[in-house]
Amino acid sequence: MREVLEQLTQEFAGRIAAAPSYPDQLYAAIAIADIPAIAAALRSRHSARLAAVFAEDRVRPEAAFYNYYVFERRGNPCYLILRARIPAEDPRFPSLAPALPSVNWQEREIHDWFGIQAEGHPNPRRVALHDNWPDVHPLRKDFPLHTALPAFEGDQHVYRPTLGEGVFQIPVGPVHAGIIEPGHFNFAVAGEPILYLQLRMFYTHKGTEKLFEQLPAQKGVFLAESVSGDSAFSHATAFCQAVEKASGMDVPSRAGFMRTVLLELERIDNHIADVGAIAMDVGFVIANAHAGRLREMALAINEELTGSRLLRGMACLGGVRRDWSASQIAALRDAIATLEREFRDLVALLKSSDSTRDRLERTGFLHPEKASALGIVGVGGRASGIDLDVRRDHPYAAYRHLSWRVPVYQEGDVLRRMQVRIDEVFESVAMLRAALGDLPGGPHRAPDLVIEPGRCALSAVEGWRGEILYWVRTGPANRIERCKIKDPSMNNWPGLVEAVQGNIIADFPVINKSFNLSYSGTDR
Amino acid sequence: MFKILQKTLRAGTVTQPYPETAASLASGFRGLPEFDLENWRDARPAADACPSGAIAVTDAGRFRTVTVDYGRCILCGECAAVTPEGAVRVGRNFEAAATDRKALVISAQYTLDAEGRQTCLVRAAPEIGRQLTRQIHRILGRSLAIREVDAGSCNGCELEIVALNNSVHDIERFGIHFVASPRHADMLLVTGPVTRNMELALRKTYDATPDPKLVVAVGACGISGGIFGTNYATRGGVDQVIPVDVYIPGCPPRPEALLFGILMAVGRLRNRQ
Repeated sequence: MREVLEQLTQEFAGRIAAAPSYPDQLYAAIAIADIPAIAAALRSRHSARLAAVFAEDRVRPEAAFYNYYVFERRGNPCYLILRARIPAEDPRFPSLAPALPSVNWQEREIHDWFGIQAEGHPNPRRVALHDNWPDVHPLRKDFPLHTALPAFEGDQHVYRPTLGEGVFQIPVGPVHAGIIEPGHFNFAVAGEPILYLQLRMFYTHKGTEKLFEQLPAQKGVFLAESVSGDSAFSHATAFCQAVEKASGMDVPSRAGFMRTVLLELERIDNHIADVGAIAMDVGFVIANAHAGRLREMALAINEELTGSRLLRGMACLGGVRRDWSASQIAALRDAIATLEREFRDLVALLKSSDSTRDRLERTGFLHPEKASALGIVGVGGRASGIDLDVRRDHPYAAYRHLSWRVPVYQEGDVLRRMQVRIDEVFESVAMLRAALGDLPGGPHRAPDLVIEPGRCALSAVEGWRGEILYWVRTGPANRIERCKIKDPSMNNWPGLVEAVQGNIIADFPVINKSFNLSYSGTDR
Repeated sequence: MFKILQKTLRAGTVTQPYPETAASLASGFRGLPEFDLENWRDARPAADACPSGAIAVTDAGRFRTVTVDYGRCILCGECAAVTPEGAVRVGRNFEAAATDRKALVISAQYTLDAEGRQTCLVRAAPEIGRQLTRQIHRILGRSLAIREVDAGSCNGCELEIVALNNSVHDIERFGIHFVASPRHADMLLVTGPVTRNMELALRKTYDATPDPKLVVAVGACGISGGIFGTNYATRGGVDQVIPVDVYIPGCPPRPEALLFGILMAVGRLRNRQ
């Protein structure tokens, strides 16, 4: 990325200034008016991907907000982070959404949280704060976390009408029929096929990013575990890595391997559950029963290693909270062997059913071009030709010591989203074996460190769902001044909207399950 | 077809007979922390370390009140890790559901020395587990239909609730099943914290559930708001919005803890042989 930044600096003579950086994340200051041109140059001439856009309130010390644009480029482990000042008295920025649909929600979020207007945004309505909220901007520093807002008396969201003979709308949620998280889906259908789906998220918005600003970093780890409960360890690790990078904390190599083991275990238990749930949604109940049994085996080994079935209470700054004994590691090896054998049987069972394949193939097709425009990441991306994997592209923990195949398919249907999961379970099993074989000795945790205030850092983790990004600015007294969280679901929900079009509404559950996105991770 | 049958037979019976027999827990399992109130010399480190504010210390002159709220506990074990004398231990108990919110709170009064260390336990409120046997709504005591409502959770509780339906925990062996609509439900199983954006939906769901009905609040967040507490976006625990009959602590409560609380709510817990 250094060459890219140098070329950019020449192209935009004098308007890009390098800022304090790390070897794997370059910072540069730009003028906010230049961002459309710079983003276009980065995307077209340097084939860079815009991974995240977010803002920060620096009004008190600097009389300004800042927008951050995180770019990455395939084959280069370094991120390029552009930082643009937005004066507090004139809070607006030029929207990139007309050219780049992937930032649609992110830019609107900046408006809702900070009151900075995305100028030229094609759909500048609220996204994160529901329409009935009063006119507040909760991530501004002058908005206290514990503000008691009055009863919401504003208007409810007005969905776009769908007109035409025989066309009708089906509202679903936020309380759903299954045991899942809340969100509202408004389907427009003509007969059975879905014409158009409108999503309303952020029902589980809990003020999480604001809450991070009130907690010491050590306690923030537990909050990160509760951002998305099925990715507790991935989110907590992403948070820890960001704080460690900002404060210059070295993580012992044993801890890096242990983190890798736990991250892969999280991938395995979730992927097994999803494979079962996809089978369930097309009526293959027995396959789901076996998957449920396997998942319980996986959760039992999670509990053996961390004290928690969902891997909670294990992540910490500087490593992991507890070391493993030889008997725990032996139990893990046994569990891996059983799981692999049983999972192979489960896959054979699934493949033996032609009717299952028939229901999954070409169902919920997400075109690779659309996936690319929407910035789809993770499992959903890899099933639609998007070859991204943070573990390979920006190695962390012990991934630089391991090798694996990243499964990528072009067909973009439910079958391939399931196949990506199946392939990844087997890859993860092999990675676990390799990581345990090379597990170094030494400490499992670095000594606590006083966190220097005013340092910023980005961290990325390939959670089982996809790319999880955390960006922190440290504050005084071991506190966090700003914590930006980006769950892969944020980008991927619009992918679901594309994938369901033209499918019969009865297939919506299985299409939704094949993405299995996090509501809480999106809503925070 | 033959292969499916063969696979099923080979897997055998995997359902755990809990609560007839004790749950099978991994050796490292962290349950609720246990407090040796008599020998606890200093509660301040534990209170400082607790990420969800479950342990509170209030000093007044030479006296200290320590409260431990299991309804806020996220089972992280930090209180035990920072308490040197072994007065706080990570326990293995998870059967802590209660019909009374106050039954989840331990309170102890101490006298203090000049350094603020606790010298003598003056008074302690009853320990958890004493008031658990009140039986309610026996009318629903047989088959039970549950509607699950996520009122703002991180999805951790939902994963464990889903696990109640797998072949290992198999809640249907009690005639208990999850239904798709509140109109078909006897019980709402609600996770939290209740967000401002889910408040109305939760009220409407409650109103749509026919009487007699039960409400069970699940997990630290459902009971108290947990680590999220109450803020501009959340209302805290479920009982801030609708009346609650049973509280099930945990983060998340493991499936057996959920089963324990659900059976308690319908008065179907029997003493284990």
